[in-house]
Amino acid sequence: MRRWTAFWAIVRKDIKTYYLKPPNVSWGLLFPLAWTGMFFIKSGQGLDSVMNLLPGVTALSILFGTTSMLAVTVTFEKKNRSFERLLLAPIPLELLMLAKTGGAMAFGVANAFVPAAMAFFLTDMSGVAWNLFLPAVILIAVVSTFLGLFIAVAVSEVFEAQTFSNFFRFPMVFLCGLFFPINSLPFFLKPLSYALPLTYGVDLLHGAVRGASAMPVALDLLILNGFCLALFWVNLRNIRRKWFL
Amino acid sequence: MTQAVAAEILAKRFGDVEAVSDVSFEVQQGEFFGFLGPNGAGKTTTINMLTGLARPDSGAIRIGGVDCIAKPRSAQNLIGVVPDESNLYPELTGMENLCFCGALYGIGKAERMLRAGELLESFDLTQAADRKFAGYSKGMKRKLTIAAGIIHRPKILFLDEPTTGIDVASARQVRQLVASLHREGTTIFLTTHYIEEAERLCDRIAFIVSGVIRRIDSVENLLQPVQNQHVLLISLEQGAHVDMNSLQEAFPELELSLADDLLRAETHDPIRVAPLIRMLEDKGVEVLEARKARPSLEDVFIRITGLDTSSLNREKEKESKSR
Repeated sequence: MRRWTAFWAIVRKDIKTYYLKPPNVSWGLLFPLAWTGMFFIKSGQGLDSVMNLLPGVTALSILFGTTSMLAVTVTFEKKNRSFERLLLAPIPLELLMLAKTGGAMAFGVANAFVPAAMAFFLTDMSGVAWNLFLPAVILIAVVSTFLGLFIAVAVSEVFEAQTFSNFFRFPMVFLCGLFFPINSLPFFLKPLSYALPLTYGVDLLHGAVRGASAMPVALDLLILNGFCLALFWVNLRNIRRKWFL
Repeated sequence: MTQAVAAEILAKRFGDVEAVSDVSFEVQQGEFFGFLGPNGAGKTTTINMLTGLARPDSGAIRIGGVDCIAKPRSAQNLIGVVPDESNLYPELTGMENLCFCGALYGIGKAERMLRAGELLESFDLTQAADRKFAGYSKGMKRKLTIAAGIIHRPKILFLDEPTTGIDVASARQVRQLVASLHREGTTIFLTTHYIEEAERLCDRIAFIVSGVIRRIDSVENLLQPVQNQHVLLISLEQGAHVDMNSLQEAFPELELSLADDLLRAETHDPIRVAPLIRMLEDKGVEVLEARKARPSLEDVFIRITGLDTSSLNREKEKESKSR
């Protein structure tokens, strides 16, 4: 019970001090809007393209929202040493890191529904399998947040966090089947695509929105869950090695 | 008395640098324990190991009887830590910061609100309770940081440089608050650059130099060897050149040292001031002032650490400026 008091206090504090700040709320709204607009114009297929674009834009919104926020906030707190307060609190490291990432995950999930809400006004969404869309969104948010944490643990300056996250994110835009099918990629890039967690999240979203996933849903879910667990384990190991000197 | 903190043969390396080696000491429950040493002596590394922020390469730590290495989280329940930087959350108000810190220790909402209100009042911060921490003065930040360190009512409080970088009035208030916590039964583990602060507050003091404990004793015992010393401080004109060798030859009974235009003469017998000043003036050195000084713990510190007064002052200045 005492542990959960601490857990919710950390989540609430992060949401209040970081994620609900006007610049971040506007980022959460403007970013998906800009991506949707860009691909909408580029496709030249009018409103028909909305459903094709939705999985990619949703995944991008989550990826950029979570990784930027988490990497920057954790690095900022490490830099001004307020993170030490959390490390000194008598709660297990696993729970502490779940609390610290919880706000970013919620932010990522909220970001995902911005393009979905926009699409709702532009096209018929009755065919969307929400029971698949929601788990896909949550899993992408979790895996992206843990990727952000991986970056935060690896760097010590806020600007390094931004640079390092772009090193991961931009290749994912092109390699994970967001807007271009993986099959159309050069053969030597395909293995790289399948090594990235977002590939499976986007495939799930394609399945949920268009009923056209390239891989079986169960396999996508299994692999994404595997990535989440593996990344969390790697992060805990790195934190123990780097932050508890 | 039972042990609040026990460190046994602690050692910690960072690459090729041996930060701490063979550090052992005990702090009794209810004791005010000072941990002093120059910069880079291993104070912060030791505190980090005691509070669970760093793992020792070897040795054992017990906090309130709990094995800190095997069960760091259990040990963290017993301690409060006030770091050398006021590291609360700038975006939160004073009240929110205290409540958040209380929540980290599992204190329920009503109870933490009550405790935060009481602490704000006793730290004279009630008026600033709803102001963001970022807008606090340095002294207010320090006080709130101490309040945050004790909201869960720890049995043992680690204070790292609590008064460095704040004004004299705030420092005095902080010292009074810490002293009253000690009177109420909290075990205090203090590191400070201000030797006179340690002398005034602590029951016992450990001196650490280059990662090794040089001496642990009560303030009384530490002061014993210098108690009968006579110290004369002579202020000289700025940039004065003094031939220390010839001065020492002329006054072999005195222990002489010069730092920052301040000549220090020390001996077991009363010092004859006039011949010393006359000789300085004969050599063309302008004497501005001569005064008798009380031998202090700083003298003991300097003897034990091998630091001279000027480098100690520089350290204090550097610490102050870096805040």
